[in-house]
Amino acid sequence: MIVADKKPLSELFENVEGCKRILVAGCKSCVAICLVGGEKEVGLLAESLRLFSDLNSKGWEVSEYTVERQCEKEWVREMHQSVQDIDAVVSIACGVGAQTMQELYPDKRILPGLNTSNMGAPDEQGIFLEKCGGCGDCILHLTGGICPIVRCAKSLLNGPCGGSQNGKCEIDPETPCAWEQIYDSLKRLGRLDLMEKIIPPKNWIPSRSGGPRKIVRPEAVLTPEEKETKEGIN
Amino acid sequence: MKANLSIVGYCCSYGGYSSADLAGASRLRYSPDVMIIRIPCVGRIDVIHILRAIRNGADAVFVAGCLERNCNFEYGNFEARKRVEHARRLLGEIGIEKERVEVFNVASNQGWRFPEIVDEMVSRVNVLGPNPIRKVGK
Amino acid sequence: MTAEIGPPKSANPEIVRRYARLLREHGDAFNVTDNQTAIVRMSSFASALICLQEGAEPIMQMTCRDRNRIALQSDLLGASALGVRNVLCLSGDHQTFGNQREAKNVYDIDSTQELQMFKMMRDERRILGDDELEEGPKMFLGAVENPFADPFEFRVARLAKKVSAGADFVQTQAVFDMERFERWMSAARDRGLDRKVHIIAGVVPLKSLGAANYMKKKVPGMIVPDHIIERMRKATDAKSEGIRICVEQIEHLMTIKGVHGVHIMAVNWEEKVPEIVEKANLHPRPPP
Repeated sequence: MIVADKKPLSELFENVEGCKRILVAGCKSCVAICLVGGEKEVGLLAESLRLFSDLNSKGWEVSEYTVERQCEKEWVREMHQSVQDIDAVVSIACGVGAQTMQELYPDKRILPGLNTSNMGAPDEQGIFLEKCGGCGDCILHLTGGICPIVRCAKSLLNGPCGGSQNGKCEIDPETPCAWEQIYDSLKRLGRLDLMEKIIPPKNWIPSRSGGPRKIVRPEAVLTPEEKETKEGIN
Repeated sequence: MKANLSIVGYCCSYGGYSSADLAGASRLRYSPDVMIIRIPCVGRIDVIHILRAIRNGADAVFVAGCLERNCNFEYGNFEARKRVEHARRLLGEIGIEKERVEVFNVASNQGWRFPEIVDEMVSRVNVLGPNPIRKVGK
Repeated sequence: MTAEIGPPKSANPEIVRRYARLLREHGDAFNVTDNQTAIVRMSSFASALICLQEGAEPIMQMTCRDRNRIALQSDLLGASALGVRNVLCLSGDHQTFGNQREAKNVYDIDSTQELQMFKMMRDERRILGDDELEEGPKMFLGAVENPFADPFEFRVARLAKKVSAGADFVQTQAVFDMERFERWMSAARDRGLDRKVHIIAGVVPLKSLGAANYMKKKVPGMIVPDHIIERMRKATDAKSEGIRICVEQIEHLMTIKGVHGVHIMAVNWEEKVPEIVEKANLHPRPPP
């Protein structure tokens, strides 16, 4: 899932300055799971904005809407009525959701309410850990199911580095050394031989370094005729 | 100022409310400015209930649940503690004194404790003054 | 009057030495490119030093593609220590254009931030994060701007941004479309930018019709008007026609108010630079 964190309220107060009618738009997917952008958080942020507005005589009118998935146009279209008379939308979906909003409502100011951070997983209640760097060329089969691209601070492919001590990373005594974890995992699996081989320089083209990525599922893409027919039905 | 005081107390049936009940039966006196809202368990209290009370002009809000590890619903009072902490953080960011919000744990047989809680909140409001939102007017 | 010296795909210093000796009398300074088009070559730092040894004034190019802020700041200090006095800040061609397509790019900071950072190091003796430098680098800071990229309306604003970030001089993308360049210059003059920064217009001598067509169609952010293509097509001697066009362009550019100089990018044709400079009556160069 996509993991995000809240922006400080002070930043949001500043960003909505000058707007009167504000919609707080949430998403019931990833950001609801990481407790920053679901229906409940929409309510809380809206109430916080109202409270600040009342306290400082801003006169903001704050409304709320939470969609199933803010990254999908079909769901985002659902809120078009609620967006109509709005001066600004504070999106507390991830950056993907906020951009989908902007795409569908190009004349509206869409302000991000979250700092989108990473692709991760809940570790325990309230704690979320980054797991995948989306490098586009997975090597988990070589590394005992642990990703060194994001879980190693240096993204080493032939670690651990000299800073690994007692299973911890040199950047922070709280951070586990991914390569120690990889070592332990491969040892358990009886595949330490994998760690003896040099992993060659990575091809970063499928990653962000190759530019914005586009994945095409040919079996799902509609031809112009199909699009026309489908739109005709709708 | 005293006449205008308004304190909201979210009290669970088993702890906070029972304590208030016993205080009343024992004819203990406490400030009449407290508005008690009875709920089955403080675990039901959400951050938004606290924010709403403040936005509607409450000078202080407290949540009174059972003693820790003695919740009738196992961990409702732990939940309440976390939510009060959350509400206090948000209020701080919004610019309202977080001391206006507090969580207490009290047992049903501690009738003497409820007036203490109310006194504590009253004295906090006396120090802080009325909820700033009331000065602005809505 | 500046020109370009492309470092070789080689560890042999003689290639740079030869170009430096060949060109030094015919220009005031020479851009030493930084792994241009993302093809691995001798570093701009080392090549700049070789130029210095040969008495040619180098403009060390530093792209943001391969170095993060630590390396950029450190290399600037080193370059200044060894006598390099000009640096050109640019983002650099994306690595997928070169021979290291699978590389991870850096782009820790961008070219505007690079200018700002270098200016701060020079003028305030501070690095990013405010640590103080005992001695700051001595550098003339250059930027690039492309009047032929889009959106056109924003291009002058972007120049202004780079000027306020700290550019002392700016070199433009090769000018073929004079009309558009003049519009850009006029907008730059309207904002008084020609008085705040030395604007040096870029030119590229065309070697052949193929080269002209290639630039027109394949090089992003370049405009080659049809009349130029036409002249190249009709020419019996394409090379001399290319030189002629280039000289005419230089003469024209020098008449445009606010154009401070010309930058000749004779890619793989460096030996023609002296001829172009002489034909444009820009030789001999004044002493520095």
